[in-house]
Amino acid sequence: MIQSIDYFAVAPPLVLALAAGLVLLLDAFLPRRPYVRPMLCVVTLAGVLTALGFVVAQASRSGEALRTFCVPEGLTTAPRIVPALPPGVRPTTGKPTGTIAVAASGPETGAVPSCSFVVDDFTLVFAGLALAAGIVVVLLSMTLLASGEIPVGEWHFLLLCTLTGAVALPASRDLIMLVVALELVSLPVFALTGLRRHDGRASEAAVKLFLVSVVSTAVTLFGVSLLYGATGTVHLDRLAQVLRERAAVPAVPGPGQAAGDALPQVTGTTEAYVSALHLSYDSPPPDLSSVLAVAVVLVLAGFAFKVAAVPFHAWAGDVYQGAPVPVAALLSVISKAAGFAGLILILVTALGSEASTWGPPVALVAALTMTVGNLLALRQRHAVRLLAWSSVAQSGYILAPLAVRDDEATGASIAYLVFYAAMNLGAFAVVMLVSRRAARNELDDYRGLAFRDPAAGPALAFFLLCLAGLPPGLAGLFAKIVVFRELVGGGVAWLAVVMAVNTVIGLYYYVAWAARIFTPAPRGASQGVVSDMPDISAPGVVTAPENPVGSGEETGGGRRGWLPVVVAIGLTVVVALVFSVAPQVVLDLLPGGSGIGR
Amino acid sequence: MSWVPVAMLAVPLAGAVALLMPYGRGRLLRAHALTVSGVTFALSLVAAVTYVRGGATGIGLETDLAWVPWLNLRFHLGVDGVSLPLVVLTTLLTFLCFVYLCRGGAGGTDRLPRGRPGPERARALVFTLLLLEVGMVGTFLALDLLLFFVFFEVVLVPMYFVIAIWGGRARRAAATKFILYTLLGSVVLLIGLLFVWAGTGTLDMVSLAAAHGAGMSRPAQILAFVAIGVGLAVKAPMWPLHTWLPAAHTEAPTVGSVLLAGVLLKMGTYGFARIAIPILPEGAAAVAPWLGAFAVIGVIYGCLACLAQRDLKRMIAYSSIGHMGFVLLGFATLTPVGLNAALFGNIAHGLITALLFFVAGAIKERYGTADIPALGGGMLARLPHLASLLTFACFASLGLPGLAGFWGEMLALLGAFDPAPGLSRPLFLLFMVVAGVGTVLTAAYFLVMLSRVTHGRPTETVHAPLLTAAGATGTPEAGEAAQEAREAQEAMVAAERVTEKVTADAEQVVEETMAGGGPPDTTARAGGSGSAGETGSGRGTGGAGSGRTRDVTAHELAAWVPLVALILLFGLWPKALLSLTDPVVHSLLGTP
Repeated sequence: MIQSIDYFAVAPPLVLALAAGLVLLLDAFLPRRPYVRPMLCVVTLAGVLTALGFVVAQASRSGEALRTFCVPEGLTTAPRIVPALPPGVRPTTGKPTGTIAVAASGPETGAVPSCSFVVDDFTLVFAGLALAAGIVVVLLSMTLLASGEIPVGEWHFLLLCTLTGAVALPASRDLIMLVVALELVSLPVFALTGLRRHDGRASEAAVKLFLVSVVSTAVTLFGVSLLYGATGTVHLDRLAQVLRERAAVPAVPGPGQAAGDALPQVTGTTEAYVSALHLSYDSPPPDLSSVLAVAVVLVLAGFAFKVAAVPFHAWAGDVYQGAPVPVAALLSVISKAAGFAGLILILVTALGSEASTWGPPVALVAALTMTVGNLLALRQRHAVRLLAWSSVAQSGYILAPLAVRDDEATGASIAYLVFYAAMNLGAFAVVMLVSRRAARNELDDYRGLAFRDPAAGPALAFFLLCLAGLPPGLAGLFAKIVVFRELVGGGVAWLAVVMAVNTVIGLYYYVAWAARIFTPAPRGASQGVVSDMPDISAPGVVTAPENPVGSGEETGGGRRGWLPVVVAIGLTVVVALVFSVAPQVVLDLLPGGSGIGR
Repeated sequence: MSWVPVAMLAVPLAGAVALLMPYGRGRLLRAHALTVSGVTFALSLVAAVTYVRGGATGIGLETDLAWVPWLNLRFHLGVDGVSLPLVVLTTLLTFLCFVYLCRGGAGGTDRLPRGRPGPERARALVFTLLLLEVGMVGTFLALDLLLFFVFFEVVLVPMYFVIAIWGGRARRAAATKFILYTLLGSVVLLIGLLFVWAGTGTLDMVSLAAAHGAGMSRPAQILAFVAIGVGLAVKAPMWPLHTWLPAAHTEAPTVGSVLLAGVLLKMGTYGFARIAIPILPEGAAAVAPWLGAFAVIGVIYGCLACLAQRDLKRMIAYSSIGHMGFVLLGFATLTPVGLNAALFGNIAHGLITALLFFVAGAIKERYGTADIPALGGGMLARLPHLASLLTFACFASLGLPGLAGFWGEMLALLGAFDPAPGLSRPLFLLFMVVAGVGTVLTAAYFLVMLSRVTHGRPTETVHAPLLTAAGATGTPEAGEAAQEAREAQEAMVAAERVTEKVTADAEQVVEETMAGGGPPDTTARAGGSGSAGETGSGRGTGGAGSGRTRDVTAHELAAWVPLVALILLFGLWPKALLSLTDPVVHSLLGTP
């Protein structure tokens, strides 16, 4: 059989993958000249921008979601026991409330085949987020690469590979593609983390990240295989359908009879894919609910590693601190967004009917994540480490609405993620700027930043207040209100109270940091910090120990690569301001965003 | 759609944003600050006149725009008899704060022309205060629950920085306590507001108030009222949620204290009148006895705490807790009389306490300390005008008939005498008696304070702190004291001679002070009695240069006279305010 591929649908990941190959080739074959490094940066940036252009083009066209890599016509005899279903169970085909429902409603009508790659609102939001964040990360890495420590070609190749994965993942609608895309996001990041050779901390971080990630992948795969074994399908929409039917079957008079009816048809479907499973359906169907529960928990655990949710959070601090700042930014935004995209796809799209199994654990994990993350962040003195734990806490806030289990709540999660991405990237951009001056990058290095650097200081303060969720950082406040509203409206008020307390804990360290920015550095101390600095952690970062001119000129120590960071800060400030003043811009894009008003 | 409320927010905001541009120092900055706050004040007067001429009923000057439809958040502003006086009070106090800051003369703790590390600091203060004004005015103008919450939060960060940067010695701890405490209150408030939204499906205060709780069951109302009430009570503050207040008021600079006491506390009590009581009547009826009980405990607690205070600013801070107790008692009665009393008390307290903090700040600046024993009495002889103003403000605050403070307390007691039907009358009679005892205690602590500060024979204890700094070197506090002393020296002498050794510095300052005319034996004697804690340093005294402290200056007078006039006006003609609030109170309570 011949698959017809919709190349427009797959354009963004395709462009990124081609750009990755191009960068690698250029790096290999171009002569070693000074112009090569900026050129590779520009090629990378052009690739990301082109991909973003395709995403925008896909978003601006109206109509049906784009689908490709579909199951061919002859094989689409989906299992159906439609008459047995109560009418409420079936999503309406007319105007679905959210795109997740679109995906789930596929095979029942018979009109839409199961597809592995679907471009809908959900995909577009996540792809756009990943690419926009990618631009900032590329800009930040320009500054990092200016020091010449890191091989440029490899760096950009790996970066583009990660982005490819991050763009492909939200479009994935079958388990195998999901896992592959997730690995594509994760694997290059180990290398990126450890690419700064001769840096012990970076290598340690890379190994830690690698081990944790491999374990989490294994766990996820185990869960995925159980899911497949229990349902006999890998496509998320079919998975959802099979599970819904399982849930619906006991309601039909004569459950044994109905189950007997249903399962041979399931076998009929699976036959086309894997004949191996055929055997298991010859005997009377076993009770699969416990297997499903285990599968759900395993998948949840695997993704919890990715988003650094408690109790799988321990790697975050060391890895963020050891990795170069752009990689930390990438981990905290792109990698995390990919993790959440996968989580939402599996939990809501595929396992929506099993919500009673995964709802309470998700709520518990969310509560633990925000609490532990905030408590750990309280005592940090290192800027990146603090951001690491704070981003763990923020993961908790993003996770919380998922426990409510409806489309609007999912929208709240995504909204928070988008807002969080802008503010967190901004904070990392300023941290990157400061890390060039004070490589140790402790919070005390930020004392008086507002006086040394009247643009970056207030910008960082703004981002921190955004993260804390206080005006003038209205973006963060709106994001928190969105989440609070879902929690209160969805009947998980206890989680709202936990989150309220956590907001206060979080405020403490954000504001303490912000206050440092406006506290004049003690006389002589700002020089002392710079010059006494032992250059262990980051030998590549240009510092200005012998620059006696004073505060204002300290940035001059590393003029090279100064511009991209400033551009990145400017971009994030503008985005965060737009989110603050007109959050509707982004809220309109969200799946399920239209029907929020109750 | 009216432009006035929008302009009242836009002008200070634009003024603040304009300060981000690198221009303007000194005189230009002062002109900028005065113009922006003056225009805002004028706008609020325009709003007041328009509203009163328009019949003074219902919501006036309404603006209703969609802001974030996804959140049902509407940019819905307007004024009525409840919010209008508070809006005018806010803009007036902000304006007066700038007038006070703009006075010339020697370097003070917080005046505009000369800040510590240069003019950036002064600009930052103006910026922060203007941002604060946006939040304060917006809170009173908002007619959408979420918008109210947003403005409620806007205030936090600027006030944090006002305390944390321009505050006294323990400023960092006080500021942190302030922001954490009040944020905890406001997230609880947010949860309460979302409960209301979940129950009724709307966030519009006007329609919610008109519905009088329709659509929400009694348990839901009680839950929401408790959440909203706790959130507002932290801000108000109500005993036992007041503990952030004394530290914040004591450590804040004068303008910070004035705005904290004059306006920020009112945001909490305003919330009761605007949101909690009209929107959740059944919840209010159920919780009112508790509210009343906490209120009168607050009255008594505030008075007793005041009697025990040594620090003037701290005493005024505790007196605020007592006065807010009266305001909350007024709300707890759920009668029109009580609500009118509370709203009147709000305004009166704003005016009187602002004046008290202004005067206390001026005293602290002149004496270098606000410690009552260290002030040493006899102020009426040494600084007759300042002492008279202090006396006037204290009498107004203790509720002397004929001054504004009287009516709020009297009407609150009257309301408690006859609470709303459904509330236990004996209980409220008990509250009334306890609060009555509170008025006596209020008079007691103010009179005790006045007798210790303004009366008696003037004694020279002013220079005591400086010597303490020298005498107690080695302790950490002395280090700090010497640090402060050093700053004072920097203000006096342009040259910066910073040595690492604290002792050397302190001795230097002492020498200088002695050279300035302080008799050595007096200072030596006083050094033993003063504690290191009262070392506000001799900025004011040193700055004056002549050894004599100056009485009230023209700028100070300009800032204070309006307050004095208004206290007299509302004391003698309370109807001016009550006629504004009364119709709205009736409609909020749903009584004829």
